[in-house]
Amino acid sequence: MPQAEPLLKVEGLQAWYGESHVLHGVGIEVRQGEVVTLLGRNGAGKTTTLRAIMGLVAKRQGSVRFEGQELIGARSDRIARAGIALCPEERGIFASLDVTENLLLPPVVRPGGMDIEAIYTLFPNLKERARSPGTKLSGGEQQMLAIARILRTGAPLLMLDEPTEGLAPVIVQQIGRTIREIKARGITVLLVEQNFRFAQTVADRHYVMEHGQVVDAVSNQELAGSMDRLHAYLGV
Amino acid sequence: MLEDLLFQLELGLPQVVLGLVNGAFYALLSLGLAVIFGMLNVINFAHGAQFMMGAFVAWMLLNYGGIGYWPALILAPLIVGAFGVVLERTMISRLYKLDHLYGLLLTFGMALIIEGLFRNEFGSSGMPYSPPEILSGPPIDLGFMFLPKYRLWVVVAALVMSLTTWLVIEKTRLGAYLRAATENAALVQAFGVNVPRMVTLTYAAGVALAAFAGVLAAPIYSVNPQMGSSLIIVVFAVVVIGGMGSILGSVVTGFGLGLVEGLTKVVYPEASSTVIFVIMAIVLLARPAGLFGRA
Ligand SMILES: Nc1ncnc2c1ncn2[C@@H]1O[C@H](COP(=O)(O)OP(=O)(O)OP(=O)(O)O)[C@@H](O)[C@H]1O
Ligand SMILES: [Mg+2]
Repeated sequence: MPQAEPLLKVEGLQAWYGESHVLHGVGIEVRQGEVVTLLGRNGAGKTTTLRAIMGLVAKRQGSVRFEGQELIGARSDRIARAGIALCPEERGIFASLDVTENLLLPPVVRPGGMDIEAIYTLFPNLKERARSPGTKLSGGEQQMLAIARILRTGAPLLMLDEPTEGLAPVIVQQIGRTIREIKARGITVLLVEQNFRFAQTVADRHYVMEHGQVVDAVSNQELAGSMDRLHAYLGV
Repeated sequence: MLEDLLFQLELGLPQVVLGLVNGAFYALLSLGLAVIFGMLNVINFAHGAQFMMGAFVAWMLLNYGGIGYWPALILAPLIVGAFGVVLERTMISRLYKLDHLYGLLLTFGMALIIEGLFRNEFGSSGMPYSPPEILSGPPIDLGFMFLPKYRLWVVVAALVMSLTTWLVIEKTRLGAYLRAATENAALVQAFGVNVPRMVTLTYAAGVALAAFAGVLAAPIYSVNPQMGSSLIIVVFAVVVIGGMGSILGSVVTGFGLGLVEGLTKVVYPEASSTVIFVIMAIVLLARPAGLFGRA
């Protein structure tokens, strides 16, 4: 059966930090409406992959095609305008902006994003804290803010870098619900996770990275049968 | 003894008020420096030269084009700001990846070149520029002194401009972009904001503020190529005292130090030209980040 071109197609992606060669030909595909995870140990190159797609790593090679458009040489602001939004690992909440200003910061790149009311319904905490400086929120609230912020933009592809890292189980569950809600709205998600159990509850497919390369791919259905293999990769 | 001092102060009150006029220039110039530093991380040593250019452009508009004070107050900052765009695009932007020191050296060099060119063309003696008619005429009677209308206007204009700049940065969408980009420019750009263009326009805005101050200064000081370099040394001291990059800090410190200088003229005139540097030394020792700076 002939398939339409995936929403995001990354091929032979290489990236360097200065002299150090970090990605050695990463290849992944994300189809419209999917939630796909990148799993892998610390230092495997997951964050670098997202940053390279986003145009945040200065030296990169290979191909990043989004909606059929080549973006490997584009500046990060153009990549954002093309419809890719990043929620960074360190969250990137601005201390000199209050919660509302943080929320309104990323420009809308396409119609159809969530409006501020819908966001406040999904994250009531943010409404209560609307006037607080962004970094005065708890870790969980900051993570909500970081996700909410890009939901406004209407970007059809969201890249979330370890949104559950260091958060309490209730918050992790809330983030899980949020990701399912995002998926229900037809938004595509590329998710970096180390929390493999969590990834299992939200994703359609998983890629495993090691030493700057993709070394395995499994669908969520195959997951149960591939446990031993994955445990070996992830060292859990 | 105390009565003596009070009497002296009363006699000296005009000096203190005039100190506010100097303070207006300190505030405007250190505000422009703060705006530029916040965004570019460059200490714009060409600021004094750009102030001088503002005054000269107003003078040239009048003498070559017959364009008067009020249009010049808008046109000169635009023209000098456009010059700032060219400087930032062709030279300063190449240095962002290097240490701050290079930006400082580059802008210092530019200041010397600009001043040299103007001295070559216009000589170093000052040229007069008269205040607009509505602000000339008899001074205003404040009860304890007569204040020339034009000086009052300078204080008001500087206050309004400072307040507007502060409002734009703290209360608007554009200001939120500026504050965010000061914290993490790469992320703001990755959200789809054209940060390089924003940096260029911020530099231009800071330069335009200097030129605006230059036009304000033209009727007070004679228009001459050195008018910026003598003032800018004091302004850098003001910036150090207020705290590099703080918008509110630069405005408050600018006006405050103008007052302190005026007060010193009354109490101990010999120290009036050095008092700001003495304060700078004390602040540097006690609070190196400046009064309003975040360490
Ligand atoms: N700014 C940087 N400069 C130099 N090397 C870096 C930089 N950031 C990451 N690296 C290196 O690149 C490699 C990949 O790092 P990356 O952050 O992409 O891993 P990761 O899979 O996201 O790990 P983690 O699970 O810890 O977040 C690591 O060896 C790391 O040390
Ligand atoms: Mg990472």
